[in-house]
Amino acid sequence: MQMAFYVSALVALFATMRVISTRNPIHGLLYLVISLLAVAMIFFAVGAPFAGALEIIVYAGAIMVLFVFAVMMLNLCEKVIQQERAWTALSVWVGPSVLAAALLSQLAYSLVTGELPAAGLHGVGAKQVGIALYGPYLLCVELASLLLLAALVAAYHLGRLDEKE
Amino acid sequence: MNGIPLEHGLLLAAVLFVLGLTGVLVRRNILFVLMSIEIMMNAAGLAFVLAGSRWGQPDGQIMFILILTLAAAEASIGLAIVLRLFRRFHSLDIDAASEMRG
Amino acid sequence: MIDSNLHLLFLTFVFPLLGFLLLSFSRGLLPERFAALIGVGSMALSALVAAVISYTFLTAPPEGGVFTQVLWTWIQVGDFAPRFALRLDGLSLTMLCVVTGVGFLIHLFASWYMRGEEGYSRFFAYMNLFVASMLFLVLGDNLLFLYFGWEGVGLCSYLLIGFYYQHVANGHAAMKAFIITRIGDVFMAIGLFVLFRELGTLDIQDILQAVPAHADKDALALAAMLLLGGAVGKSAQLPLQTWLADAMAGPTPVSALIHAATMVTAGVYLIARTHTLFIFSPEVLQLVGMIGAVTLLLAGFSALVQTDIKRILAYSTMSQIGYMFLALGAGAWQAAIFHLMTHAFFKALLFLSAGAVIVACHHEQDILKMGGLRKKLPLVYLCFLVGGSALAALPFVTAGFYSKDEILWLAYANGKMAFLYAGLFGALLTSIYTFRLIFLVFHGEEKTDAHAGHGIAHVLPLVVLLLLSTVLGGLIHPPLAGVLPAVVDTGAGAQKHVLEMISGAIAIAGILVAAWLFLPARKPLQGFFNTRFAHGFRCLWKYAWGFDMLYDRVFVKPYMWLVRLNRNDVIDLLIESIPLVMRGGHDVLSATENGRLRWYAVAVTSGAAAVLFVVLWL
Repeated sequence: MQMAFYVSALVALFATMRVISTRNPIHGLLYLVISLLAVAMIFFAVGAPFAGALEIIVYAGAIMVLFVFAVMMLNLCEKVIQQERAWTALSVWVGPSVLAAALLSQLAYSLVTGELPAAGLHGVGAKQVGIALYGPYLLCVELASLLLLAALVAAYHLGRLDEKE
Repeated sequence: MNGIPLEHGLLLAAVLFVLGLTGVLVRRNILFVLMSIEIMMNAAGLAFVLAGSRWGQPDGQIMFILILTLAAAEASIGLAIVLRLFRRFHSLDIDAASEMRG
Repeated sequence: MIDSNLHLLFLTFVFPLLGFLLLSFSRGLLPERFAALIGVGSMALSALVAAVISYTFLTAPPEGGVFTQVLWTWIQVGDFAPRFALRLDGLSLTMLCVVTGVGFLIHLFASWYMRGEEGYSRFFAYMNLFVASMLFLVLGDNLLFLYFGWEGVGLCSYLLIGFYYQHVANGHAAMKAFIITRIGDVFMAIGLFVLFRELGTLDIQDILQAVPAHADKDALALAAMLLLGGAVGKSAQLPLQTWLADAMAGPTPVSALIHAATMVTAGVYLIARTHTLFIFSPEVLQLVGMIGAVTLLLAGFSALVQTDIKRILAYSTMSQIGYMFLALGAGAWQAAIFHLMTHAFFKALLFLSAGAVIVACHHEQDILKMGGLRKKLPLVYLCFLVGGSALAALPFVTAGFYSKDEILWLAYANGKMAFLYAGLFGALLTSIYTFRLIFLVFHGEEKTDAHAGHGIAHVLPLVVLLLLSTVLGGLIHPPLAGVLPAVVDTGAGAQKHVLEMISGAIAIAGILVAAWLFLPARKPLQGFFNTRFAHGFRCLWKYAWGFDMLYDRVFVKPYMWLVRLNRNDVIDLLIESIPLVMRGGHDVLSATENGRLRWYAVAVTSGAAAVLFVVLWL
């Protein structure tokens, strides 16, 4: 169990690093999918199968595919990838890396100092999640659906081709 | 079964989050910025699920479901906006849309 | 019933104050008759109230000889609670009668003198405000209230000297007067601070009672010195005497009221009021007398060679106030106030008559261009004769003789021989320059065409003041016993008569000298007067012993140099720097809002890092 966790963690890290450093958008998306799958593996390892399944189906399966469709609609040419080379020169990385490292060190420090118990000792199955979802968290479900409705309407309106363009 | 040390899990979430943040700060292509934001949201969700499994309660996963919903909504609207921007500026440069300055 | 008459005391200043408000709010739209009615009428009512109050006070005096009318409490800060309170005792009653009585007569004359002038109602507004402030000064029972009146009269003096504002020189004269008296006022204010710190109160009676018992005599002497500084400024004595001659730029009634009868005597009043403080600081009292004596002589010499009729009278005023200061210094407190009163009468008479002469000669003020006016202006000639005689202290028939003689006798009786000699020599000078003026203006050949004035407003004040300047004025004894310390008359009788004869002889001698020098058609000693030696003295005296030039070199020029140095206004630059910093900050901060998303993300991240840093490690 622990082995699975650490291996998936390494994969996720590597894939994420490739996402932010690659020049081709489609490549980036594919790396992102891998990263998401690795994280799903971690969910399974920790005893949250429902979350893992959702991660694969919704996140990697739907959202990333949406991204791919959008990129295909944009019909990007080779010129974009050439431009990316200029935009991701090494000098651009220095400042943000320093800032991010500072933030990470602070987060790591606050995590490391403190006795935290182990996770994943018991699994939490789908049934438990379902009961909680339709019990105390019922309102959240309704709100989530409202949110999706709003997103649907907005995306439809924004994505329309106006005649004057 | 043996548990996983929670610090390691949260540390992984933190590292993923910071990597996504770096991507937002560095990349100039809008698509990559959106991707980096997705990474950050995923990392947050990971943290929630880990915390939920430490307590052995479904609350973490429920929060994860909500984050998922949020990510879906945000991705769709964000991509619609990208299409609009591309039609207006004919480039995917995020610095092209900087008229709200001063 | 009789007691309630004294409660009308506050009306004495309310009437002029109302007159001021009515006239100033009418903004010059009232016709002259109305303005005169309000201006003179308010003074008439005030004088009437003063007369009623005097009658009540003298026939049925309130207990202790003092009546206090508390109006309200002005400020209250901890222990310090000065009140607006009026105090009526012998001294303030005397001053009240002088101010309202002489003030009323001068207002009446001014309603004739100022007719046809632009700003007629403005003139009476300022004059009424002046009288109200002067009444605050003399009736106030604490030094803060007195200072309020002090400042008020200074303001009105400025406004009235610069009344003919179209001529720039008048504005300069007004500013000069205001600035110099201001310097005195600053000294006085510091004196008030010292007094409050030492004695804890500014109530005059409390101060007078606390002074003898107070241990720190040096601090009290300092306070007395500072109050003297204020008095010297207001009364145009050495070293702050340079403003009075230039103050003659104002209309003649102003010179009569402010610069002869009332405002310039405020310094004398102040010292008389706080007499205990000065008695317990004998060095300062000696200084008071010395300042008086020196100014007396300085101004006397200057008056000998002036050619402007009003300047002669101005230097004469300076000299006579020197007499009052001399009297205070010699310990002749009651005599000083008596001389103040008689001086008010004859000096006002002289100024008003001078005004009549100026108007009759079509605004000519140079006495060398006048002559032989006694046929055309008989009443004015008589007034000048009587007033001049009073000024020169002609024996027995004039009020001035009694008051001046009182001073000289008490100077001798208290052993202040230097003051006595100065007083006697000053008397000689006084009678010489006074009769020089009279002979040059009214005798000799006529050089200008003169037209006498008419009307009761012109004649009545002159006649009343004329009567008061004669022996009738000398018979009025101000009710000062109990208020000011009396000097025990030692060895009166024979010695006093001898002194009277000497001073009388000096006065007559002066008249004779003036007659010999200035009366005949071909004036003697002209050859001598045209020599360089005499000419030098004439210049020195004409320009008041060079004090103006001295002050210009020592104070004005360095100050103007500093002003030029500070042309770019250093203080202003400091204050300017605040908007500069603001603008700089604005530029910096608005540069951070450049519309680029990634910059904002950096800002968010930095903020998060900073917050975490603070939370974790601070």
